Amino acid sequence: MDFWLKVVLAVVLGMMLWRLWPAARHQLDHGPKGTSKDWQAAILPIGAVVLFIVFLVMMVRN
Amino acid sequence: MSEFNPTVARGRDSVLSTNKVIRNTYILLSMTLVFSAVMAAIGMSMNLSSGSSMMMSLGALGLIWLVLPRFENSTGGIVVVFAISGLLGMGLGPMLNYYMAMANGPQLVGTALGGTGVIFLGLSGYALTTRKDFSFMGGFLFVGLLVVFGAMIANLFFAIPALALAVSAGIILLMSGLILYDTSRMIHGGETNYIRATVGLYLSIYNLFISLLHILGALSGDD
Repeated sequence: MDFWLKVVLAVVLGMMLWRLWPAARHQLDHGPKGTSKDWQAAILPIGAVVLFIVFLVMMVRN
Repeated sequence: MSEFNPTVARGRDSVLSTNKVIRNTYILLSMTLVFSAVMAAIGMSMNLSSGSSMMMSLGALGLIWLVLPRFENSTGGIVVVFAISGLLGMGLGPMLNYYMAMANGPQLVGTALGGTGVIFLGLSGYALTTRKDFSFMGGFLFVGLLVVFGAMIANLFFAIPALALAVSAGIILLMSGLILYDTSRMIHGGETNYIRATVGLYLSIYNLFISLLHILGALSGDD
């Protein structure tokens, strides 16, 4: 990739970081905190996504 | 007997308005996805360069940041959503052409497309049927996005293939979390604007597809 294209992309990503930072800070300071039961309910479907992706990778490798 | 009960009435109104937001979001989302696919096909047939693809993505980003907030409460917002999905869809053209040129390209693209659909429907179905509140994931997801953006900036200059794969894997996990988070926000009244909800879910699906295609392309064994 051209160097200047990389610089433009880096600037855009940096702007995204800059825009996202206040929201992240607000969520960390004032967002609701989950219990271990809440996290289990979230990890279950995300774990299923991970297994599904492993399955897809195996499928395209064969 | 016909005593007015504001709690019940408000509760029913709230449920009706939540259902309306969910219904409108999924209708608009399905239309934008179809439109995006059509624009991607046009982008492929036009053999666009990767530079023009990047310009379209930047244009879509500009619309999301600068134009959408002004129109999100009016019907003009729907036009903006279609413009965003059209630009992002057309911008996919060069990347899809690159993968389609690989020996197992059609299989890769088809698998990534189907996989994205299954993941989105599965996670949305999970959030809609369990009706769990995933708002507690907000902090984790936002910090995760910051870390991923930081890693993407670093990898633009270091170009480490393993880091690129790790970023794609991280994006898939974060977008999966965001689908749960956004769907749960619609269910529990945290998001009452279907235009904003549609753009959020569309971007999650879009990023999920790109990252899944990248991982499948890298690990398919076809160099």
